[in-house]
Amino acid sequence: MSEKRRVSLAVNGTAYEETIETRLTLADFLRHQLGLTGTHLGCEHGVCGACTVLVDGYSVRSCLMLAVQAGGSDITTVEGIAPSKDELHPLQEAFRDNHGLQCGFCTPGMLTTLVEFLRDNPSPTERDVREAISGNLCRCTGYQGIVDAALDAAQRLKGQDRTAGPDGGESP
Amino acid sequence: MKAAPFEYFVADSIDEVTTGLADSGEEATIIAGGQTLVPLMAMRLARPALLIDVNGIGDLQGIDLLAGGVRIKACTRQSDALKSTIIGERLPLLAKALPYVGHAQTRNRGTVGGSIALGDPAAEIPLVATALDARITLVKKGNSRELSIHGFYQGPMMTSREPDECITEILFPQWQGEGRRGTGFQEVSLRHGDFAIVAAAAQISVGEDGVCARASVALGGVSGTPFRISAAEDALRGTMIDDPALRAVANAVDQAVDPQSDLHASASYRRRVAKVLVERVIREAAREAANHAAGDAP
Repeated sequence: MSEKRRVSLAVNGTAYEETIETRLTLADFLRHQLGLTGTHLGCEHGVCGACTVLVDGYSVRSCLMLAVQAGGSDITTVEGIAPSKDELHPLQEAFRDNHGLQCGFCTPGMLTTLVEFLRDNPSPTERDVREAISGNLCRCTGYQGIVDAALDAAQRLKGQDRTAGPDGGESP
Repeated sequence: MKAAPFEYFVADSIDEVTTGLADSGEEATIIAGGQTLVPLMAMRLARPALLIDVNGIGDLQGIDLLAGGVRIKACTRQSDALKSTIIGERLPLLAKALPYVGHAQTRNRGTVGGSIALGDPAAEIPLVATALDARITLVKKGNSRELSIHGFYQGPMMTSREPDECITEILFPQWQGEGRRGTGFQEVSLRHGDFAIVAAAAQISVGEDGVCARASVALGGVSGTPFRISAAEDALRGTMIDDPALRAVANAVDQAVDPQSDLHASASYRRRVAKVLVERVIREAAREAANHAAGDAP
């Protein structure tokens, strides 16, 4: 019988306290225990990037982390990046408008990876974007639409900062 | 459930790690970033009876500038090393290599000490450590020792670390004395972030007269361990790093490498790429040195 532990952590702003086997990966914990199936599992050994989530704001492959190691952390999955149930994140809008997805399997990993990347690199070049998503495999789009979406999203996020920022004057 | 069952122990101090290792011997495995260990466990190629998690130990994290060089504690994340201004200013060769280590998502978990401990022959951090004569501190219960990176790697994924030892820090010595410094790092891989087919690193120091005073040239991916090419370094010292010197370097590389063929590249391809990359990193380092003020870091 495998060892079990009690862990508390926050996922998309909701606090959870669960008893889990120590050998459970964070990816399986999110999908099976919490039912958050937006996080996709492709290769399950750290190559495809589909399972990327944000752990305390940093992109991490959830198949390469044990769920017990996430105790005390604040996790954001693809279900948690939109500002509300009725709105998309500017990155998600840019993906829709630029044909950044076809089958959608790699999309959760692309989005979570790019949320961190665009936060740290608000004005990326095309080359920067291609390097940023080098750990995320897509088998439909040829990446062109994804790269366009990321560059478009960078512009949208900058526009958002201007209207919402202290200099914009018009904060909601 | 992917991994076989294991006992899981979260260590709060280096003492707790070494005690755990002493009590459990080869049954125990340290988990740091887990970017290699977790998939190995998922495929059940690794089945440790006890996992000792070192991620919460403050004494194993941090980057410090000491009199003798830059000390990187073993559990420092690769992404933190990449953002470090100390490494950017004092260890430019490592700063150039770090973006090639995996991907952003794996660098956010993967650690500097974990990469050193694993000893993948194509990995960038062991290659830079070899180029810069790094020193590795290993601690076990009641004892500690410092080893040179030279001789630490005994073969692919094989190191001199004993099963009851924990790597606690890696010291990258700074080159002392005057002279203009320059570094170069290049690799060829199938895609960005993949394992290198061949990787090359160089650090040089040239005098005011443009003559090379010191050179370090190392290769990864062409042998069971990363290694220095001392004949290439000898061929550079005392020269203006001109075309004849670089031809001598290419000959030295040709003599020094004995690559294997595998799925990704033939031995003859690796040999050719090794010569080209070594020339490129030396040219890159020489260009940088020419633009540097004397006495600048590194």
